[in-house]
Amino acid sequence: MFYREAGVYGPSYAFDLRILRLREDRVALGALLVLAFAVVPFVGTDYWFSAVLVPFLVLALAGIGLNLLTGYAGQLSIGSAAFMAVGAFASYNLTLRIPGLPLLASFALGGVFAALTGVVFGLPSLRIKGFYLCVSTLAAQFFVEWTFTKFSWFSNDNASGVITAPPLVILGHDFGTPSGRYVLTLSIVAVLTLIAKNLVRSRVGRSFMAIRDMDTAAAVIGIPIFRTKLLAFATSSFYCGVAGALWAFAYLGTVEPHGFDLNRSFQILFIIIIGGMGSIAGAFLGAAFIVLLPLLMDNVATAFFAGVIDPGNLENVQKIVFGGLIIFFLIKEPDGLVRLFLIARQKVRLWPLSN
Amino acid sequence: MQFFAEVLVGGLLAGIMYSMVAIGFVLIYKASGVFNFAQGSMVLFAALTFVSIVEKGVGFWSSLAIALAAMLVLAVLVERFVLRALVNRPPITLFMATLGLSYVIQGVAEMLWGSQVHGLDLGIDDVPVYVAGISISRFDLFAAGTATVLVAVLALVFDRTRLGIALRAVADDPLAALGVGIHLERIWAAVWAAAGAVGLVAGLLWGARLGVQFSLSLVVLKALPVLIIGGFSSITGTIVGGLLVGASEKLAEVYVGSHFGGGIENWFPYVFALAFLLVRPTGLFGEQAVERV
Amino acid sequence: MTSEAGVSTLPGPILEVAGVSLSFKALAALTDVGLSVRRGEICAIIGPNGAGKSSLLNVINGVYRAQAGTLTFEGVERPFMKPRDAALAGVARTFQNIALFKGMSVLDNVMTGRTLKSKAGFFSQALYVGAGLRSEIAEREAVERILEFLEVQAHRHAIVRTLPYGLQKRVELARALAAEPKLLLLDEPMAGMTFEEKEDMCRFIVDANDALGTTVVLIEHDMGVVMGISDHVVVLDYGQKIADGTPDFIRTNQAVIDAYLGVAA
Repeated sequence: MFYREAGVYGPSYAFDLRILRLREDRVALGALLVLAFAVVPFVGTDYWFSAVLVPFLVLALAGIGLNLLTGYAGQLSIGSAAFMAVGAFASYNLTLRIPGLPLLASFALGGVFAALTGVVFGLPSLRIKGFYLCVSTLAAQFFVEWTFTKFSWFSNDNASGVITAPPLVILGHDFGTPSGRYVLTLSIVAVLTLIAKNLVRSRVGRSFMAIRDMDTAAAVIGIPIFRTKLLAFATSSFYCGVAGALWAFAYLGTVEPHGFDLNRSFQILFIIIIGGMGSIAGAFLGAAFIVLLPLLMDNVATAFFAGVIDPGNLENVQKIVFGGLIIFFLIKEPDGLVRLFLIARQKVRLWPLSN
Repeated sequence: MQFFAEVLVGGLLAGIMYSMVAIGFVLIYKASGVFNFAQGSMVLFAALTFVSIVEKGVGFWSSLAIALAAMLVLAVLVERFVLRALVNRPPITLFMATLGLSYVIQGVAEMLWGSQVHGLDLGIDDVPVYVAGISISRFDLFAAGTATVLVAVLALVFDRTRLGIALRAVADDPLAALGVGIHLERIWAAVWAAAGAVGLVAGLLWGARLGVQFSLSLVVLKALPVLIIGGFSSITGTIVGGLLVGASEKLAEVYVGSHFGGGIENWFPYVFALAFLLVRPTGLFGEQAVERV
Repeated sequence: MTSEAGVSTLPGPILEVAGVSLSFKALAALTDVGLSVRRGEICAIIGPNGAGKSSLLNVINGVYRAQAGTLTFEGVERPFMKPRDAALAGVARTFQNIALFKGMSVLDNVMTGRTLKSKAGFFSQALYVGAGLRSEIAEREAVERILEFLEVQAHRHAIVRTLPYGLQKRVELARALAAEPKLLLLDEPMAGMTFEEKEDMCRFIVDANDALGTTVVLIEHDMGVVMGISDHVVVLDYGQKIADGTPDFIRTNQAVIDAYLGVAA
């Protein structure tokens, strides 16, 4: 019996409030972290770091951000890429124009600028409810994209419009290598994930969910609706902003507005739909799915259908598959991969019985 | 003054084109409460189908008929596989499903018909006509005329025919409509087919203007401010909303955008709609929902 | 001045409603309604359906805004209280159609009732240390006591949407009590319950009133409950008050019998 769930009692509420109740779960998480931090950097290939792990982590972070706003607080947003863009450009400009600014500080400040933008575009939530609110984030998406394309000051008046991201140096240590970028991204994402998990299980998180489920009742209880909505926008945009900065600095190596277009916003929305809205783990599952599926399809296509499907069409097949999957998940399992995983685990628990 | 009038009229007429796309949304929303994000892809698909068949040498009217038939098939498929499975889900789920649907339709369209730009000739030239000294494009006038006819027909159907009443009943309360014997599935298929047909008309007009290409599916996004201003469930509203959006967008682009190097029309309609929502949260003609506690 | 259990010790009635009129476009829901609720009493509002009982509660609570009239709560007179102000002043309520947060667990729902009691800031919650952690533990303790009081502890982790109706009503009561209110507004708390469930609810309401000193205003249709537990009964009909007094006075009052009871209760 190496996974015993029953008979775990604690002497205090502090015991019961821990994120992982079972010692086995904590051990598993510890092993995963050890693997991620201490083993993978040495055995992984550059390809895996640069093309798979880093985008996976960054998209998961953006997914957590969007989940806080849409999954937990119930405010639909289709402009998350705009907030990512603000984070990326803000971090870039800060690093460029303030000599000696530590890298982590510039990421954090980039997040803060994104949070402020989020608050501005979240202001309409005072008057507008439900579906109409997505106009605000859509406006944000287009306005931000236009601003960064139009005003070359943001791109340091670079003639070609393509900027190279600054080097990733913290305390003299260079994180510019593929494994370095991976470790940097992993650390930042791990810390922010813990914070998100804490927020979600405390008063802030409950207030978010209350607003999502029934905001009239939430008001009657005394939850300050408007303030809480703005807080949701701010926190979510902070996360997206940091994700944007990481996307530019640690993944692409360049900062350009077109990588943060409407398609990117939809991609993040898809991540949380597929992964599971209202779930922190869901963002990771969704991001893994989104990053790995195209690679899988590419490999399957070249291995089995080489020459039959021409590469241009592959993108279309991907579009169809993604769209189809979204519909499939919404029909079959609106709570996403997380729910599927929990159901599977329940089946394993009861095996060989079935219900 | 003349310049202003020309910009204004140009904007108004462009607005009518937005309204046409918006009408497709309103149809589906009025009858099923679903905000169909895939409308843009449907417009694109319809236009692409038409254009590709014409290019193969088939005549104008036959191609039109085939494209219409294709939209009907699409409507039936969507109703059968997507709408039926998502009955009674919250509106946000349906919206996200249409988001997925738009990706599917776009992918299929591009796979079937390729991704190059196609020119589309409807036989009406984009030459200026002079009315009261102001130059107006003949094509724009034709589009406005088509839109007017379309709106009149739709308004008649919704208000005067039994089908129209059935549609409104289904939109209001699908379960109750089932209870009085209305065939939900047929109604939904009919509505999506109608929206597809409207999409075809819109697609042809837009395609003749811009060429049939992928940016056409971005036109749907411009329809959103139109809907917000006009209210999601009113056809009259889409016309008014379209006029407002078209006019304000053009005026802003010309008079304000010139200071910034242009491109304002990318975001102006949304900010305009947003400002509008703050003053009137349900749009000009929309319904006020009363929440009963 | 307030004592620890949330009981107010100011003199005078805890709530006074005067001249309240409410209408929705052409429909007059309430016309010139007034009543006075004494501290610590259980006051029942009865009347036929559509009489305006829920509307009256909604006006008190700030969910609806009356066109005319004043509310005096704890000696402070105002024309209108926003829901959050009502909550801050110490008013809690339950709703006719159960306004629980269906996607959250019982524990989380009742914890939201403690929102105004928790003072921890955003960052201490984000790091789950210091004030954030202490507040979480303190609220949890308070909530567990209430769950025990209402005998729902076994369901603490169940998602509310999955619970039977009677239990959901009890959880809603728990959430209202969690705020340690001075005034508790209950809208048909026994609707749809079996006899045993009603007995239990009556017991909880009376215990809350006795032990915690909470003033209770409830809307109820079951005359047995009304006559059994209330100190004071107000009768509404077509948006107007037609009687106001002790249960004994009401049960034999001709106007009430004509409008609602049918026979002397």
